[in-house]
Amino acid sequence: MTHSSPSTSPKSGIVTWLRQNLFSTWYNSLLTVICLVGLFLGLRGLLVWAIAQAQWGVIAANLPLFFVGRYPDESYWRLWIVLGIILTLIGISWGINQRSERLFNRPVLVAAGVVAVVILFLPLALVPRLWLLAMLLLLLAGTGLGNRFAAQGNWLYLAWLLSFPIILWLIAGGLGWESVESDRWTGLLLTLLTAVVSIVLSFPIGVLLALGRQSQLPVVRLLSILYIEIVRGLPLIGILFLALVMLPLFLPAGVQWDRVVRAIAGLTLFSAAYLAENVRGGLQAVPPGQVEAAKALGLKSPLITMLIVLPQALKAVIPALVGQFIGLFKNTSLLSLVGLVELVGISRSILANPNYLGRYAEVYLFVGVIYWIFCYGMSFASRRLEKKLNIE
Amino acid sequence: MAQKEPSLVSEQTVEGDEIIIAEQVQKWYYNQFHALRGVSLSVRRGEVVVIMGPSGSGKSTFIRTFNALEAYQKGRIVIDGMEVSHDVRNIEAIRQEVGMVFQQFDLFPHLSVLQNVTLAPIWVRRWKRAKAEEIAMQLLERVGILEQAQKHPAQLSGGQQQRVAIARALAMQPKVMLFDEPTSAIDPEMVREVLDTMRSLAQTGMTMVVVTHEVGFAREVADRIILMDEGLLVEEATPTDFFNHPQQERTRQFLSQIL
Repeated sequence: MTHSSPSTSPKSGIVTWLRQNLFSTWYNSLLTVICLVGLFLGLRGLLVWAIAQAQWGVIAANLPLFFVGRYPDESYWRLWIVLGIILTLIGISWGINQRSERLFNRPVLVAAGVVAVVILFLPLALVPRLWLLAMLLLLLAGTGLGNRFAAQGNWLYLAWLLSFPIILWLIAGGLGWESVESDRWTGLLLTLLTAVVSIVLSFPIGVLLALGRQSQLPVVRLLSILYIEIVRGLPLIGILFLALVMLPLFLPAGVQWDRVVRAIAGLTLFSAAYLAENVRGGLQAVPPGQVEAAKALGLKSPLITMLIVLPQALKAVIPALVGQFIGLFKNTSLLSLVGLVELVGISRSILANPNYLGRYAEVYLFVGVIYWIFCYGMSFASRRLEKKLNIE
Repeated sequence: MAQKEPSLVSEQTVEGDEIIIAEQVQKWYYNQFHALRGVSLSVRRGEVVVIMGPSGSGKSTFIRTFNALEAYQKGRIVIDGMEVSHDVRNIEAIRQEVGMVFQQFDLFPHLSVLQNVTLAPIWVRRWKRAKAEEIAMQLLERVGILEQAQKHPAQLSGGQQQRVAIARALAMQPKVMLFDEPTSAIDPEMVREVLDTMRSLAQTGMTMVVVTHEVGFAREVADRIILMDEGLLVEEATPTDFFNHPQQERTRQFLSQIL
């Protein structure tokens, strides 16, 4: 690549971009100015409030509560290790994804340095700051590792799969470790746990339901349609009430299912029905010629589904699937209405503390930002995935 | 697997010369439209048979009954000694011996060219990947696509895609190749490269049944030409007789329209 254009230096790049896109003609300039004034007037109130009036002390004082709720202090290190495993795997995935590019160039290193300095001066105790630094190092190390050994990329799927039971074990304990009862899994920890497990479980169930709906066998088809249509006709909050409040009434005395397990089951079964319809859309988008060509090669029909139809169908509906997952993630907030103390639940209990009376705006804005970060992360990852699949 | 191969060879010698036998094949669509009204055809090993006819005459439907992509209701079809029946295992065995090339290529868009060609040998024939890839590369070289092996189908021209489709079918080492209007969806300037590939395939002694409108190809490569119309076989003749001395009035009418 030759850099012949003068726009490679960042400063002139920004100026040129501004001139070309915002001030190219007089009416374009006018529109830009009007929009800026409008934005300022609209956001001024929020800015003034956020800087001058809001009392962010409620957030700072309750940070551990928001994130891990009533998880016992002495076992925090287990959650740090969980986070470390996840960040290392994310780093490796990212490194493999960027295999053709030079990763640790100057901007990246500077950014990492800035983040490290910010972490060091955060208003936290020393131990969490050191943990955060370790997390940053693990992320960077994972990225480097992934980039270095990109050729062995297929092991990554196995690593993600294996991390799942290990993470659950770290959180829940047992098997020789001090166990942490599920009523102490609260805050963002519970939000993430229920969302991720529901997403991972509902995906295969949804795919099977979609295939079942198209099955040649009338019984399978009918049962699939029945399930999908019944669940889609019920509100999620109703299903959660059923799972958490009413189910124990029907079960014989002494039989106890964990509340978190029941919540995850409700979310999973609900999400699977919607996923099934999304996947069905993808299945219908695969041209019949694909199946005929595969048949003509002598492939058996389960293989045709696995190797030819599903890869194309799922690729076609990635945006819809990710939309579904984002919806599921946000729907976990409904769990706070049936007595599970996830991120919204813990916020409500913090707001019930007389010390923080009336701090609604601060708390819910903070919680909103947390939700947004994760939803945007999913959206970002899905766009990278789509781009990658389109290039291949 | 190792014991299966010799038994197939001995079957061949017992079965004799005719690899495709179709007797009075009849087919109805939705119990109403009578698409095939009793068509018989037998094809000898190494023979190239071209089927011509106006659209809607049932020629594609007919060859698609050979590998059970279309079911038939009456008559009998035997491919290499195996009867085309409702038995799924039988159908899969027949499809492994019968390669097919489609009008719209129908390559798998999510796989590379090489993966398209190696898919069936790996999953159906259970070959090792290395062996499948080695044979695939030989086939891709034969059809002139070797440099494009790592590309995806969408990056190739129509003619190149169709040649990949031919290589994909050949990778299963079939005994019969069926071509369903292989050049009808290809830009005119690319038709020739596909026909050349088919011509050189015919020279290797492959048994081929080709539905096509390409008169030049039929005249030059075919051992026999068949005209179908309204679900019936109208005329069956050598290329010379077919084009110069057609016996049926319907054939003369058809030829006057396409020549």
